[in-house]
Amino acid sequence: MSEYAIEMLHITKRFPGIIANDDVTIQLRKGEIHALLGENGAGKSTLMSVLFGLYQAEEGVIKKDGKEVKITDPNVANDLGIGMVHQHFKLVQCFSVLDNIILGVETTKNGFLQKDEARKKVMALSDKYGLSVDPDALIEDITVGMQQRTEILKMLYRDNEVLIFDEPTAVLTPQEIDELMIIMKSLAAEGKSILFISHKLNEIMTVADRCSVLRRGKYIGTVDIKGTTQEELSRMMVGRDVQLVAEKAEAQPGEVILEVNNMTVASKAHHNNAVKNVSFKVRAGEIVCIAGIDGNGQTELVYGLTGLEPLASGSIKLCGKEISKDTIRQRSDKMSHIPEDRHKHGLVLDYSLEYNMVLQRYWQPEFVSGLGFLKRGPIRQYAERLIEEFDVRSGQGPITIARSMSGGNQQKAIIARELDKDPKLLVAVQPTRGLDVGAIENIHSQIIAHRDKGNAVLLVSLELEEVMNVSDRILVMYEGEIVGEVDPKKTTTEELGLYMAGAKREKVTA
Amino acid sequence: MNEKKSILKNEGFQAILAALICIVVGLLVGFIVLLIINPAGAWDAIVAIMQNFMTRSSGPARLKNLGNTLVKTSPLLMCALSINFCYKVGLFNIGAAGQYVAGAGMCLYAGLAWKLPWFMCVILAIVAGGLFGTIVGFLKAYCNVNEVISGIMLNWIGLYLVNMLLSGVKEPSSPYTLKLSSVNPGGILPSLGMGAFFAKNKYVTIAIPLSVIIAVVVWVVLNKTKFGYELRATGFNKEAAKYAGMNEKKNIILTLMIGGILAGLGASFFYLSAIEEWSVTQSSVPAMGFNGIAATFLGGLNPIGTIFSSFFIQHITLGGSEIDMSVYPSQISDLISAIIIYLCGFVLFFKLVMNKSGSGKGGHKK
Ligand SMILES: Nc1ncnc2c1ncn2[C@@H]1O[C@H](COP(=O)(O)OP(=O)(O)OP(=O)(O)O)[C@@H](O)[C@H]1O
Ligand SMILES: [Mg+2]
Repeated sequence: MSEYAIEMLHITKRFPGIIANDDVTIQLRKGEIHALLGENGAGKSTLMSVLFGLYQAEEGVIKKDGKEVKITDPNVANDLGIGMVHQHFKLVQCFSVLDNIILGVETTKNGFLQKDEARKKVMALSDKYGLSVDPDALIEDITVGMQQRTEILKMLYRDNEVLIFDEPTAVLTPQEIDELMIIMKSLAAEGKSILFISHKLNEIMTVADRCSVLRRGKYIGTVDIKGTTQEELSRMMVGRDVQLVAEKAEAQPGEVILEVNNMTVASKAHHNNAVKNVSFKVRAGEIVCIAGIDGNGQTELVYGLTGLEPLASGSIKLCGKEISKDTIRQRSDKMSHIPEDRHKHGLVLDYSLEYNMVLQRYWQPEFVSGLGFLKRGPIRQYAERLIEEFDVRSGQGPITIARSMSGGNQQKAIIARELDKDPKLLVAVQPTRGLDVGAIENIHSQIIAHRDKGNAVLLVSLELEEVMNVSDRILVMYEGEIVGEVDPKKTTTEELGLYMAGAKREKVTA
Repeated sequence: MNEKKSILKNEGFQAILAALICIVVGLLVGFIVLLIINPAGAWDAIVAIMQNFMTRSSGPARLKNLGNTLVKTSPLLMCALSINFCYKVGLFNIGAAGQYVAGAGMCLYAGLAWKLPWFMCVILAIVAGGLFGTIVGFLKAYCNVNEVISGIMLNWIGLYLVNMLLSGVKEPSSPYTLKLSSVNPGGILPSLGMGAFFAKNKYVTIAIPLSVIIAVVVWVVLNKTKFGYELRATGFNKEAAKYAGMNEKKNIILTLMIGGILAGLGASFFYLSAIEEWSVTQSSVPAMGFNGIAATFLGGLNPIGTIFSSFFIQHITLGGSEIDMSVYPSQISDLISAIIIYLCGFVLFFKLVMNKSGSGKGGHKK
């Protein structure tokens, strides 16, 4: 018997304009957690999609338990015991959790679905691994964390032995990440072999046994986690030293840019208010961060500010002007918004990169003639400049279809577009989600530079590290209210945690 | 090998190939049906369908028949453009059939009862079609009523309204409306000498070049303008369009209004060429609007492709009437062309298959 569960040998996969995988070899031992690390667009998702049968490699062979196999589509992968949780989930929104799990492998009797058996098996798996889900809830109503547990259950339900996790932690809260790490370890202890993609080095250090590194499609090497450090990993990945903490000068708060008074926003999913009577101010030259556990009203707060949802009551003043009745377009004049969900709001995936780059500007005289015709030349030049400045990598540059870009590069494109508007107020929600360490460093310094030009930044983040490193002032949200204001230099993550859990609160009148 | 693959992946090429496959499959199935009914005449019949005007022996007769095919192509093209336009915005305008009916009723009534000149009739057809489209758009935007449901209901409302309206201008002894040529020749679209070219075909009018021009305009609007950019963005991703500050309600209403205008205009192109009259006893919505759906898909959802697909569909439909009726029952022509048109709807399916077999290269990630 081979010591490897999976071997991918000399894999080459090309896309128009780019070699996504260039002679890449990785070997996955039985029962190990093998991390895959690489910059945005390095070809990690592509490699995993080849293993899962979504793409066919032009060159190279795949071996399962030492035997060569041809994985022509995901069904073949499934029969071989290979399962995958995708970077962007593939669940049917209007189906229940249970239906999604059994989809494609339903047991039937006389043509009728036999769901009782399936339900038992799912609940048993869910208990065993601590993957708590509500089997009857619809996907569209549940949190991303639960969606992900659904995806994991889907793999386990099919008795897969090789589990691929493509950036599973990017969308999770810190608590959920800890839980996932424990689940992954117990799966590996049972003999399942796991491939794990993440940009967060500390996660790789905690959970993985070995780590393979890709850079621009090429295989760089594989290291044992025990004998390495975060610094070495990031150097292998980027090819240079990376600063893991952004440098920034003391904030110089100036006049008030954003003033929110008694804002209340209704919740869509539930019959109550998601944001309750919230008031705060953001000044020029400071970065104010809204911290909190996911689902405590941050999303709705941002929807209310940017105009995606109407306010139930309250007022918003931007640069002294009341905007709570303004349209999204009117607000976007002085406000930029890096949205939480890049596929839902941030991009028109079927448009080219250049068309996406002008999504917030296409109506300006620079890009449209008096007769209403789009100006191709200026749009192209504008996109090329942003691609250059923000290092957005893709196969074909401006004409690349956004859907075909790697997740991190899609995110970089959105950040480029929103920062380049040079807004008085930048509302950034999870701006570095899915970015590699080098890109995070770059984006953080860009956000700080934006602040230093005398603009206001409202940052919404679930990542405590980001919150502590970047912000000048932290407001903690709990159950739709702001329960505390803290100074990142004077607080600890523990204290922040207490506020976030609702165990501590103070009256805030910022 | 790689080169070949990249051709297969080219979108335009794919669309054309898929359309051709559908046509071949459609003709094949039609041929099999003919074989089953009467093997002896099947070959002649399928050849007649494909040849259409070429079955005629003399040059002028061929030209004249080609003229008729073109006259019927232009309204179909307009309906297809209506559906195509809305489809790009993510709306399925099955109501094009009813918008067409509304346009037909209005232009005929204006021409026959009020004896208005042709351009006034055309404008009124536009207004009627546009109004029908706007109603659907309004219901969708403000009451979240699915455009397919309201569209279908309006199709029937439109049909009976128009039957009622046109009962006032029908022949005393038949269910057909009065002839424009005798009541109000000024209501007929001008020919600008084109009729003479098609062997004195008096039905050939400016409708034909106009519809082609409009197809090009629709393409340009969708692909080259700010308006088209917004509409297509809305069609691809409504949420992103909202995020970018586009006015979704306004765009939905405008889109369906334009869809209605195109279909209504198509009706005036047909009835103001005076090639046929309206029967006030008809109890089914004219097929033009529905065939527009087939033409849209066969044309690869591209306004320019739609020009050719509309012509093809009318070509085989008229070709069907060239079948020897002593060999086959008279319904056969409609049956065969319906089969072929129906199969044309499978274009998307063939495209999908092509994408898959191309070794996952076109596979999109989500
Ligand atoms: N379907 C596709 N068509 C064309 N190009 C593609 C396609 N999928 C990926 N690519 C290109 O291949 C390269 C590698 O993409 P991939 O998604 O594998 O990156 P990644 O390592 O997963 O990055 P990230 O960390 O940002 O998710 C990118 O440049 C991307 O633009
Ligand atoms: Mg990826």
